[in-house]
Amino acid sequence: MARVLINLPARAGRGEIIEIKTLIAHPMETGYRLGPTGAAIPRDIINRFLCTYNGEEVFRTDLFPAIAANPFIAFFTVAAESGEIVFSWTDDHGETQTEVRQITVE
Amino acid sequence: MRVLLLALAVAAAAAAAPAEIAPGDRRSGYDFAGPESRVMQDDDTGNPGMLAVLQGEVLWATKARGADRSCADCHGDARTSMKGVAARYPALEPAVGRLLDLEGRINRCRGEHQGAAPFVWESEDLLALTAFVAYQSRGLPIAVRGDGELRPFFDLGSELFHRRQGQLNLSCSQCHDDNWGKRLAGAVIPQAHPTGYPVYRLEWQSLGSLQRRLRNCMTGVRAEPYGYGAPEAVALELYLMARAHGMTLETPAVRP
Amino acid sequence: MDERSPDPPTRRLVLFGAAGSGLALYAPPAAASPAAMDEAIRALVGEATVERGRVKLELPPIVENGNAVPLTVTVDSPMSKTDHVTAIHIFNEKNPQPYARRSVWGRAQAGRRYRRAFASPTLSRSWQSPGSATALSGPTAPMSS
Repeated sequence: MARVLINLPARAGRGEIIEIKTLIAHPMETGYRLGPTGAAIPRDIINRFLCTYNGEEVFRTDLFPAIAANPFIAFFTVAAESGEIVFSWTDDHGETQTEVRQITVE
Repeated sequence: MRVLLLALAVAAAAAAAPAEIAPGDRRSGYDFAGPESRVMQDDDTGNPGMLAVLQGEVLWATKARGADRSCADCHGDARTSMKGVAARYPALEPAVGRLLDLEGRINRCRGEHQGAAPFVWESEDLLALTAFVAYQSRGLPIAVRGDGELRPFFDLGSELFHRRQGQLNLSCSQCHDDNWGKRLAGAVIPQAHPTGYPVYRLEWQSLGSLQRRLRNCMTGVRAEPYGYGAPEAVALELYLMARAHGMTLETPAVRP
Repeated sequence: MDERSPDPPTRRLVLFGAAGSGLALYAPPAAASPAAMDEAIRALVGEATVERGRVKLELPPIVENGNAVPLTVTVDSPMSKTDHVTAIHIFNEKNPQPYARRSVWGRAQAGRRYRRAFASPTLSRSWQSPGSATALSGPTAPMSS
């Protein structure tokens, strides 16, 4: 369970544009670094980040080795209605970590 | 004429003495870091060091095998019990008469009071717990003085800071006292005040301790680095913290 | 890299020696090239014409450390049902792989941290509905290697 920091307003006005910032702990091993034996350290990155808002996908991003460790992803979306915002990160092993936050829209 | 020669000699001697940074001129590494690094540090939800603080918070409440006790069981809420602690470390541990830095103190607690094996130096867990404890002192002034019982350790640290070492034959003082603000291989030389440790260093892409940073520097001048936890390393930490006395703690800092 | 003295000098070692390095064999990391980047872009865009403008790429021109480069992409778009951004793709010339990131969504602005080893222009392509593509480029260099 990697540590996650999510910055998202708890409340917003209807139709307001809100910024969501996410940060997850992950080494994002590129696969290009050489280890102590001279062999490349195998690639191990988060390759997908997905955000859904009340079940509807609002943001999806495919990540590649160019992304730095502890990926920080920030994006904007429109606060349409109250409900659940779900964030999920999937890594090269196919494992997904999910975080859920609530938002109240007036 | 003799008086003039004597005056010149005194002036020359004063000029040749190591130039310590005047208290008013002291600047944290934050001031030497670029704008992007500073933005990263200032945003608690964007500062990767905060991920370690979160992890440390969990460890604080986790019972250690052995005595089945967590840090919280003795120390309660870290926000009150640990406030100001990191600002006055390294400190003397009276029971063993040894100087301990924060990591050393945590490991001592683990052994003495939690019946658990010490964390490995520079392990993720130790760094997270140290970051969490140090974070409770964020915003407070560093309160370390190298006097009284700490004097011998302070003097050792001072000697290590000022002595030339390694194949490049450079002392810490030559860069960090005499040439701070200038550039070395494109990077600005900071004054070397440990105001934000454990620090998230962009070069490491992870959190690291002051001792790790010192080891990097020593390797940089092609000197044999001190082992983790070595008395020399802790004495040097004491000297550096005393040199930064009064400056604000910023843990977890972000540095290039 | 450490120094190794070769025993009987093989031709390979001699060649490396001739290249001027007395050091052990060291394979430089693979690097993308402008051509690789163009190819990756073409593979994506196909035959659509690429226009310039409307995409703003904020990237510091000099970075303290290439390991973490903050990158912000902004697209000037009404984001209406008929005219909105469907995807943003980010490429680069000098990292080992030309593709950096692909985002699909919600609202056309996103900020991330991006790892970069060399000075290289980064291109950001934004996909507009109904099928056009616009681009912007910006160079960035690490302050120290």
